[in-house]
Amino acid sequence: MAKRIEIKDLDIYYGKFHAVRGVNLTIEPRAVTAFIGSSGCGKSTVLRSINRMHEVIEGAYVDGQVLLDGVDLYGKDVDPVRVRRQVGMVFQRPNPFPTMSIRENVLAGVRLNNARMPRSEQDELVEKSLRGANLWNEVKDRLDRPGSGLSGGQQQRLCIARAIAISPDVILMDEPCSALDPISTLAIEDLIKELKDQYTVVIVTHNMQQAARVSDTTAFFNLKKQGEPGELIEVGPTEKIFHNPDQQATEDYITGRFG
Amino acid sequence: MTNTESTPRHAAGGSKRPADSITGGQLPKHSWLLILALGWGIAAGILSVTDVFSIGGTAVLGMVLFFVLHYVASFAVEGRRRAADRLSRSVVTTFFLVALLPLGSLVWEVVSRGVARLDVAFFTETEAKTHIAGAQLGAAHALMGTLQSTAIAFLISVPIGLFTAIYLVEYGARTKLAAGIRFLVDVMTGIPSIVAGLFAYSLFSMIFGPGSAYTRTAFAGAIALTVLMIPTVVRSTEEMLKLVPNELREASYALGVPKWRTIVKVVLPTSLAGIVTGVILGIARIIGETAPLLVTAGYFQLTNPNPFSGTTATLPVMVYQSLRTIGPTAEQLHALGWAGALTLIIIVMGLNLIGRLIAWKFAPKTGR
Repeated sequence: MAKRIEIKDLDIYYGKFHAVRGVNLTIEPRAVTAFIGSSGCGKSTVLRSINRMHEVIEGAYVDGQVLLDGVDLYGKDVDPVRVRRQVGMVFQRPNPFPTMSIRENVLAGVRLNNARMPRSEQDELVEKSLRGANLWNEVKDRLDRPGSGLSGGQQQRLCIARAIAISPDVILMDEPCSALDPISTLAIEDLIKELKDQYTVVIVTHNMQQAARVSDTTAFFNLKKQGEPGELIEVGPTEKIFHNPDQQATEDYITGRFG
Repeated sequence: MTNTESTPRHAAGGSKRPADSITGGQLPKHSWLLILALGWGIAAGILSVTDVFSIGGTAVLGMVLFFVLHYVASFAVEGRRRAADRLSRSVVTTFFLVALLPLGSLVWEVVSRGVARLDVAFFTETEAKTHIAGAQLGAAHALMGTLQSTAIAFLISVPIGLFTAIYLVEYGARTKLAAGIRFLVDVMTGIPSIVAGLFAYSLFSMIFGPGSAYTRTAFAGAIALTVLMIPTVVRSTEEMLKLVPNELREASYALGVPKWRTIVKVVLPTSLAGIVTGVILGIARIIGETAPLLVTAGYFQLTNPNPFSGTTATLPVMVYQSLRTIGPTAEQLHALGWAGALTLIIIVMGLNLIGRLIAWKFAPKTGR
């Protein structure tokens, strides 16, 4: 059920602050798209605008269109809560619910929305989601223990399991590995490659090797200069962006000759 | 980088060690006890010789002498830094012990005077037989009144306080209305309790008339206590809600959970322990209030089961009334008053313990 995302002339503001200007981008389904760029250039902001998490911050609003299989997420009749049920998100820092067990964390999306589900179906969903997040074998004997007792990498995979449990069409990941060690990072990267068989995956990363390893398409964001809004500089197949980019700024960033 | 010459420094006083030595002189481990005894001894001696001996004077002068002697001895053997450390340590410890003194003496006084009457009759009898010499008296009527007024105040304050705090943190945040509410809550925190009592009294006088049986009741007392309890509940709950990381709210939103359900199922459970503790401390704060209840609930020697009609006794007011009694029954009533005071201390202590127990029980677990 992976869906295509088209971003058209998107401008994003925090109050009076113009954070991102004129983004036009198509994100293909069943593929991994990586957003790269220096800190503060608006990658995360653009990512958050794809499931309307952006507006959770006070005073934030957008101008432009984000189409999910042709439907504008910012259309008049769109309920942001319903958008978020289709576009899941994994955050920079693992954030399992501390009052819930591992099992309850996976079921959080279902339970918090008061959906009734027979016990057997719940068990099935927990196992399927945890297997999908490559966590099942590590936690199957302690599903009733608190989720916050897991290691950082396990917690992050638990958050991924929680996100895929509500069977979204798109999964957004905001620097999912930046708080993790290399082995956990590898586990998540492997998982991302598997997730793209079923979902549209968008990942923000500061790790260029990671973008090169996991993504099919790479989008490079940058500030023209300090104080200006962030912009999408270049987007293309990852192979091309990393070896033969069209823009000088992209090449400077990729090769580390930046700033 | 250049090598900076190390400036020679004098090591611990008097010793012939090289300047960069990491060893130094040490006072023997328990020498401070000796110096303390010495200080007190000298103080007692001086005061006796000058013929103004008193225990209090010896204690004060003895401690001062102890500070000085200890500092000097440490300075001579260990050097300036260790001496300053020892001085501040002994000063801080002394003042801590001084601060404990009134608390200890208060608990001792109340327990020793009150424990005798903390018997079965205390919980079953009332003051009905005060006029009969030697009859058993009890505080059942006051316990009943305290239970009524506190329970009603609890039932009114908790929802109001909780929802106010939720509004302030989750919905109002930086709006002008929220800032106004916050300011008023702060002002309410500082309201003297007698003012709260007068407010409730005049409110009920206005509605029922000053002489009516409905004017001075446990319920009117509860309204006065509510005025005192709401700001405590709002403040503590607000602080607890603020402690819930935003990441948890975002995690919930990202799962397509609406805001109100996020508050009910994620934010409140996460901060439950703190909220419950705050509420319990709020109860502990109002259960010992005397002045507002004196004005609103008044006093009655018998149990008044109806909180909405007629005056009623409450524990703190009973303590006040009993201890100011003079005449033939005074001794009996004084004993009852002290037992009432002890009961109040036990209740407040118990509530604090329960608060801690709940905080520990409901706190999000790490499971490691």
